[in-house]
Amino acid sequence: MRLFKKKSTEILEGDLTPMIDMTFQLIAFFMLLINFSEVDRAEEILLPSSVLAVPPEVRPDYQIILNLEPSGVVVFEGQKNGIDLLNPLLSRQVDAAAREGIRDPADIAVIIRSHEDTPTGIVQELMAKCQESELQSFSLRVKNQK
Amino acid sequence: MQMSISEPEEIKINMTAMIDIVFQLLVFFIMTFKVVAMEGDFNIKMPLASESADSLDEELPDLITVRLEAGENGNISSIIVDDSETLREATMFPDLTNIVEDRLAGEGNPEQGSETEVEFDIDYNLKYSYTVKAIGAVSGKVLGDGKLKPLIKKVKFKDVGNGL
Repeated sequence: MRLFKKKSTEILEGDLTPMIDMTFQLIAFFMLLINFSEVDRAEEILLPSSVLAVPPEVRPDYQIILNLEPSGVVVFEGQKNGIDLLNPLLSRQVDAAAREGIRDPADIAVIIRSHEDTPTGIVQELMAKCQESELQSFSLRVKNQK
Repeated sequence: MQMSISEPEEIKINMTAMIDIVFQLLVFFIMTFKVVAMEGDFNIKMPLASESADSLDEELPDLITVRLEAGENGNISSIIVDDSETLREATMFPDLTNIVEDRLAGEGNPEQGSETEVEFDIDYNLKYSYTVKAIGAVSGKVLGDGKLKPLIKKVKFKDVGNGL
């Protein structure tokens, strides 16, 4: 007498619901943390570090972020320029701020992200150039060591 | 007459395409994710020359002048405070902090330092990292319990514009 094993013909389906839930949560996490303001940062700039620099509590109403390389090249909105050629760009920013209701250039925050090996004289030249466009509020951005 | 009620068919949605897209999104976000280091600011207010001329009539704040001299390769060689005290040792930055703290204590204002101003006169070639260290040294002090004691709040650079 031959015995036949009864083959199972059911399709095995795992419950994918927890995995999909988890995946959606991961996507939500990364979406919230993704930083789209990379254009303001230049990857090659290595900031000096300090314990005493305070992270800004309030974002200024209008800010201009200038990345300064050791050679004196300024990276602004992803474009590289010499300090001498900054005047038209800064004037355009002052005009843009005025259109947003910030009439006094003194209220515009200039954030200088300079490489740690940049000669300080070049940083001062950059500040002087900004002053030509009546910009007065400067923040020297550094890496917080905390 | 007897009516037969047929069992409803189970509707199955094909999830494969959605899961594919979801995984591709997940991979995209993981690949583009960067951990950004925390950053902080040292604020410097530098009024224009005309404005500072207008404010000449106002009472001038106490001023501490700090000269940072560059040595070879842009490294710091010495710090001169008020043209009198010269710091050359490896502990020059903590020493600078102590001098500023003593000055503020002598003026009966050890906590705030709000009115005293520090003017930096810096060699052109000095590396920016040393400038930041010096600004940090006059701005405050880390106490034993990890708390920060603020010292000077007003910092300016010599030779940038006219009335820093």
